[in-house]
Amino acid sequence: MISVTRRYRFPAAHVLRSAAFSDAENERVYGKCANPAGHGHDYGLEVTLGGPIDARSGAIFPIERLDALVRERVLDRLSHQRLNDDAWFRVTVPTAENIAIAIERELRVAVAAESRARVLRVRLLETRRNFFACGEAEA
Amino acid sequence: MVRLTRAADFSASLRYWRPDLSEPENRALFGRFASQHGHNYRLEVTVQGEPAASTGMVMDLKELKAVIEREVSARFDHRDLNADTNFFEKVPPTPEHFAQVIHTLLRNALGDRLYGVRLRQDEDLWVDVVGDPAT
Repeated sequence: MISVTRRYRFPAAHVLRSAAFSDAENERVYGKCANPAGHGHDYGLEVTLGGPIDARSGAIFPIERLDALVRERVLDRLSHQRLNDDAWFRVTVPTAENIAIAIERELRVAVAAESRARVLRVRLLETRRNFFACGEAEA
Repeated sequence: MVRLTRAADFSASLRYWRPDLSEPENRALFGRFASQHGHNYRLEVTVQGEPAASTGMVMDLKELKAVIEREVSARFDHRDLNADTNFFEKVPPTPEHFAQVIHTLLRNALGDRLYGVRLRQDEDLWVDVVGDPAT
């Protein structure tokens, strides 16, 4: 099994509060992450692709194309933004879990639409101490 | 079962180039990668097994270090992947192909003890080969 992983970064702000909870419940569940004024992270994003090596390019997926896809569909969308304002998080709370799931879903469809490569894993590094992984390699 | 990983750093130059294509075709296909450039590669080699009862080791790290030196560093460190080796006469030295070449060399040297390799081309791009590289 061969896979290629590319790493990206984006700074973003968020607030962890659910509309389903009272103020007291939000503060109990999310602690300091519930600060209504917000807080932020330099997110690290690792995208792992698997699939056959394309005979013409010698690559599983052209890296410059992956960079363009991630830039257009993820970085331009989330970088230097308040994640709660994004349509991805209209219903769900922008926890790192939900950010990772939204990115994996977006990239899985985009990569499959133009190649035989598959997104095996998306790993979101929220801080140096918190990582979140999702995708078929994690299933 | 225990897995242990030994890392090695080496530097090499390369260009993405298919000898069966003309220069303009190579330039069109590979863009700036068709020009000679270089990387500080980092290789992580993982072996697995049960620790021997007598030594408590899966594999002597001195031996693993020597295998990596012989099979990888001696061939590729401060070399040109296209000019100094014959591995990239038919395929370009993309990180995918380079990782497969290294995996095959180490598989021949280490046998079933080899779990897999991770080849880091730079901090933001790496390739993993685990098990059968053809899958």
